[in-house]
Amino acid sequence: MSAVLRIVAAGPAMSVQDLGRDGYLSVGLTRGGAADPLALYEGAALLGQDPDLAAIEMMGAGGSFEASIDTVIALTGAPMRATLDGRPLTWSASHMLPAGGRLVIGGAQRGVYGYLHVAGGIDRPLEMAARSAHLTAGIGGLLSQGDALPICPSPEASGGRALTPQSRFEGGVVRVIASFQSGLFLPETRARLTRTAFRRDARANRQGVRLQSDGEGFHAEGGLSIVSEVITTGDIQIAGDGAPYVLMCESQTTGGYPRIATVIHADLPRVAQAPAGAPLRFEEVTRDAAIEIERRARAERDALRHRVFPLIRDPHDIPDLLGYQLVSGAISALDPHVPD
Amino acid sequence: MTAKPHIRLVGLTGLLVSFGSEMSEPANRAALAFRAAVEDEDWPEVSETMMSLVSVYVAVDLVTVPAETIRTRLEDLLAREDWTAAALPEGRTLWHVPTVYGTDLAPQLEEAAELAGLDPDAAIRTLSTTRVRVFTLGFAPGQPYLGLLGEAWDIPRQQGLTKQVPSGALVAAIRQLIVFTAPTPTGWRHVGQTAFRTFDQKADPPIALSPGDELVFPAIDRAAFDALATDAPFGAVDREAIP
Repeated sequence: MSAVLRIVAAGPAMSVQDLGRDGYLSVGLTRGGAADPLALYEGAALLGQDPDLAAIEMMGAGGSFEASIDTVIALTGAPMRATLDGRPLTWSASHMLPAGGRLVIGGAQRGVYGYLHVAGGIDRPLEMAARSAHLTAGIGGLLSQGDALPICPSPEASGGRALTPQSRFEGGVVRVIASFQSGLFLPETRARLTRTAFRRDARANRQGVRLQSDGEGFHAEGGLSIVSEVITTGDIQIAGDGAPYVLMCESQTTGGYPRIATVIHADLPRVAQAPAGAPLRFEEVTRDAAIEIERRARAERDALRHRVFPLIRDPHDIPDLLGYQLVSGAISALDPHVPD
Repeated sequence: MTAKPHIRLVGLTGLLVSFGSEMSEPANRAALAFRAAVEDEDWPEVSETMMSLVSVYVAVDLVTVPAETIRTRLEDLLAREDWTAAALPEGRTLWHVPTVYGTDLAPQLEEAAELAGLDPDAAIRTLSTTRVRVFTLGFAPGQPYLGLLGEAWDIPRQQGLTKQVPSGALVAAIRQLIVFTAPTPTGWRHVGQTAFRTFDQKADPPIALSPGDELVFPAIDRAAFDALATDAPFGAVDREAIP
């Protein structure tokens, strides 16, 4: 029998995600992929593997999991309460997961999307050149109890590594640049966009994140009848009710509602991970500044593996300290907290 | 009469070449031909291209590639010919999509006919015999925007949205038709129902249509619709090459 990660209990919105699909815009399919791609890079750094390998995305809450072989996992994105056979696991870290051990991941403490990575990646067959579920297009779908996801034996992988994640789980300032339709809005309306204190609306998913504010809406001049044009991820669309809607990885490919600005990609994880009610504010930057910010973000992302450090366990977190052999050196290879 | 084509930057992800600011047949034909020309150029900086109704999006990583480099090349390509006079491409397909008009399957046929100033039978006669062209695929995978219908069909989208039309729904507004890929809320009026799956993962490639293809929606009755064999790739449709 081939190796699997079994889903013993599934949270409400878990799906398999990688970096998504390029090349299908012309037939109406957006890239999709992880709502917080930075988390995929973090998981890859922790496990020493390719960021495009598929992981499990968990919106709001995780579930219970069991692997059929000894493997190594990493937990990234929105911090969630996690235990292995009842012992707490550090988030933003990698851990040994022994065959038959019970991994339980609870609700998000901050942020929205948590990620469970497995050494070697979730080895589901490619569909249209990727493994990610595209929920709005009906490719793949949500994971449910009893699903058994193929995984690969990865004897070289080791746990016990950690990473301090870039802070992005509580809203904050999001940088934007002008969109090709910004000119459809009065300068005063655009200025008001960056002065307004927004909160993330309850309506948010992989397609888009709606923002609410106390003031009036952000309508374009001359109403809403414009010819339908390309949508790119991060576009801030103003629909009929005047509320800004940040279009995310699973948005439609074209749209007839005007876009007032575009969130730069480096800051999209902050939008995706803002929990309902979190404060968000837009800051407009120039194209040149945006290019510089993107360059730096990419360089930091590519250097993540150099920021991985051995996970030192705080003795206060060890519930059964006396049960550990502290001196003999007979350290179990399966201890999730022993760096190599 | 179309405006001079213009080029705009799309965030840090690409450039947009537009052949007009509203839908027109020549602007759409220009976008179709121009996209093919950009694809033929095979510039290494371009990761993908797509056309919308009157524009071509050229995806380029503007973090690493100077926008001016690509803009200049696009301007040179634009200057090469009058793209609005370009011929339609070779190798197009004509699709026959049997359709039930009206009935409880497509409850807004009468309403749409009235807005078009036609009685329902005349509306069905027009809709079932007009050959329409795929202007673009978009919104959802493989979903076609089709047209143009005659002037009478310049009917507005409805103010409120229909909560949901099923996949395969044929809807009309602003002289265009759409066949919906997936169940969707919409402001377009539901005039017919087909058993066409425009995106079928069991087919290879999974997308039925290409921009430039043509479709005709012959009327069938409810009994014939219920008897349609829908297990073939893309559901109940026939196709032939356009010579």
